[in-house]
Amino acid sequence: MFSFQNMTQEIHSWLSSLMSETFVMLVEMTIVGILAIALFAFLGLVLVYMERKVAAVIQLRKGPNRVGPFGIFQTSADTLKLVLKEGFMPDNVDKFLYKLAPFVVMITAMLILAPIPFAKGVQIWDINIGVFYLTAISSISVIGILMAGWASNNKYSLLGAMRSGAQIVSYELSAGMAVLSIVVLTGSLNLGDIIASQEDGWWIFKGHIPAWIAFIIYIIAVTAETNRAPFDMAEAESELTGGFHTEYAGMRFALFFLAEYINIFIVCAIGAILFFGGWMPFHIGSWTAFNHVMDFIPSFMWFFGKTFFLIFLIMWFRWTFPRLRVDQLLNLEWKYLLPISIFNLLLMTLVAIKGWHF
Amino acid sequence: MISFLKTYFTEVFQAIKSLLSGMKLTGYYFTHPKNIITEEYPDNRATLKMADRFRGEVIMTHDEKNEHACTGCSACELACPNGTIKIINKFEINAEGKKKKAIDAFVYHLELCTMCNLCIVACPTDAIKMSPNFEHSVYDRRLLTKQLNHEGSKIREGVE
Amino acid sequence: MFEEIKTSNDGELVINVGPQHPATHGVLHLLITLNGETITKLEPNLGYIHRSIEKMCESLSYRQFIYSTSRMDYLSSHMNNHACAMIVEKGLQVEIPERAEVIRVLISELTRLASHQLWWGAMAMDLGALSPFFYSFREREVITDIMEETCGARLTMNYIVPGGLMADIHPNFVKRVKDFIIQFNSKIDEYDQLVTGNIIFQNRMKNVGYLSPEDAISYGTTGPVARGSGVSCDIRKLYPYSAYNKVKFEEILETGGDSFARYLVRIKEMKQSISIIEQLIDNIPEGDFQAKTKAVLKLPKGEFYQRVETARGELGVYLVSEGGTTPYRIKFRSPGFSNLSALNHMVKGHKIGDLVAIMGTLDLVIPDIDR
Repeated sequence: MFSFQNMTQEIHSWLSSLMSETFVMLVEMTIVGILAIALFAFLGLVLVYMERKVAAVIQLRKGPNRVGPFGIFQTSADTLKLVLKEGFMPDNVDKFLYKLAPFVVMITAMLILAPIPFAKGVQIWDINIGVFYLTAISSISVIGILMAGWASNNKYSLLGAMRSGAQIVSYELSAGMAVLSIVVLTGSLNLGDIIASQEDGWWIFKGHIPAWIAFIIYIIAVTAETNRAPFDMAEAESELTGGFHTEYAGMRFALFFLAEYINIFIVCAIGAILFFGGWMPFHIGSWTAFNHVMDFIPSFMWFFGKTFFLIFLIMWFRWTFPRLRVDQLLNLEWKYLLPISIFNLLLMTLVAIKGWHF
Repeated sequence: MISFLKTYFTEVFQAIKSLLSGMKLTGYYFTHPKNIITEEYPDNRATLKMADRFRGEVIMTHDEKNEHACTGCSACELACPNGTIKIINKFEINAEGKKKKAIDAFVYHLELCTMCNLCIVACPTDAIKMSPNFEHSVYDRRLLTKQLNHEGSKIREGVE
Repeated sequence: MFEEIKTSNDGELVINVGPQHPATHGVLHLLITLNGETITKLEPNLGYIHRSIEKMCESLSYRQFIYSTSRMDYLSSHMNNHACAMIVEKGLQVEIPERAEVIRVLISELTRLASHQLWWGAMAMDLGALSPFFYSFREREVITDIMEETCGARLTMNYIVPGGLMADIHPNFVKRVKDFIIQFNSKIDEYDQLVTGNIIFQNRMKNVGYLSPEDAISYGTTGPVARGSGVSCDIRKLYPYSAYNKVKFEEILETGGDSFARYLVRIKEMKQSISIIEQLIDNIPEGDFQAKTKAVLKLPKGEFYQRVETARGELGVYLVSEGGTTPYRIKFRSPGFSNLSALNHMVKGHKIGDLVAIMGTLDLVIPDIDR
């Protein structure tokens, strides 16, 4: 199977022959940084376009279809418009926090990108505590939202931010439990190892019912964690007129908007890695011929295919369900998801110890 | 305890079932784009057919000889609740040398009109009617004040 | 006007919901006092869209003032016009041809259906589900097309004149209504599948915004709001007017009193409207569509009152005539105003999200409240 590892190593050795080790590292980091930002911008445009098209077709509409063929440049045009807008700031805001908040949210989203393997051999940082790193960093984004809500000096924003705080803190528990149940099966926190362990089949198929339950809990919890409908308490446009980003306009608003979509991409990528084998092609046990055919599809296609399937699932939720109320949201977590996920983790441990999985 | 667990899990499964049935419907529409009902308005202008009774604006019908049927009786002006119509009359001297009342200008303020159709109902000679044209936007609102009788038009023979 | 709005020392937060707010569907201003997320007090502040329609009617003739009532509750404009036309006919003591009465009822029920469909979509949108809006508008569009063809306009039709109708029905009317009934019957199950049965929706609706029958009466609520509390108040059934005594239908009552009961009443009313239309559409009597009336209408000196059931409840028109060509005084008893007055009672102790849901089930049309 084609691996990007050869390519990156060639670039590395070529650079090493030109300059000293320190410069090589600097140049490589710059390249990676530029690539990451490029990926960000691209993903933002693609995901916003995708959301609008999915929403449109579900709602019997056509969606963007004016700018470019099938309206594919609509999101670029919208971004341009947001860039050109005045960087409006209301009176009596906490200026420093107000300006800082979008960047906190954005940088958090960027940091999580580091340990994700996009294809075979494409990983910014192969860290042995990858899963732990992800759960730890993803909690920071709530600080950005709280900052935005507080600094805006708006009661709606404050309510939205406080809701968001309560929501993210509680839903991280069950998301963490769901992630743990896969860690229990693989016995490693390294994302590379987790993917490697799925070479003969994805965990969602190998892990029996506990894996399914863990997947369902994971997808519900991350929908809540990314503040997406039906859990968009923080925005709740019909109640709070936009929640924590009510007072933001122009590019600052665009950063929040972008971060939301990047977060969706990241949580779906993690879901794909844990339950669907990341870039690993669809393999069935010892069917060598079948597995060989599957290997012909490039690894990044597998990764993005799975990720976008999960993203579609989350978008499907959004355009179908009504919003929960804030107390029902917390009830759902503490009375249903958390107990079930704890028992599920126990069950998974039993499966792992007894070796009942395939 | 057992009954508690039983109700707990029935609740959970029924909840999931109800959510899935909703997703089935939206999923059906997602996979069947032929249900799309969007009409792309400015593009379908050629094929757009308005209902024949649609009230878009008041017009005065003129025949090919540039003649209309308005006697200037101001019934429409009286019937209008908003003062949309203003009729300015003049006196013409006809062939027999008699003075005859005729309209000089039938002024119609489209910006005041609520398309209530009362003027059309009031007109005794069916001189005015509603046209289905609904594209009224202009850059200058003075353009919305219209004179409905054409330049040089006359009242049709025999209309009293 | 108001005392200075600020956060009090005991941790209460005062928030202005509106006049520009996505959930108020218009320029309604609610001043809510919050304790955390819980509403302790709500004070509606009206008048942002007051156009003095009642005063305007005093300077319009009996033919002219009917059209302006379309602009009160614009979603049941036909029923408003119907009430005004009936009061003039009552004063003139004109007999209305059978055909006109039946067509008036048919259009009324179509209007009610269109209004309830808009309510259904808008309420689901208040609760955060955006797709139902488009599904309900798909059916509503057919109704407005029928209206456009027969009445000449889609929303503020002004199809009624004192003594009958402005024009006869369009030749296509009967066929298109029948097509619509077939289409609607095939789609109404989707409403239940997507929204009514949904567990999130039911939890948002059940045991929220309880209004007891006693309170429903004492706040003067009418229409689906009162019927959701089990108060029988359907004018169509209790004081049949026009052609309503010719059709068979049962008044829809729910005893729950909560938001879900009000929701169910409206959903069932949609099906009921369809059944009324089905009964009448094949039995439109032949004859004139308009009775002969004088060119200038003059009501005899006296007071007149007429009420109809609009999509939101009971609309009462009180008219005082001095014998002239214009009304001396007109008062509209609008359903939205009374229904809104119960809001403070209903939202107390609920969350902000519930306020939006309860307001959705009240089905407020702000121009109807302010007039």
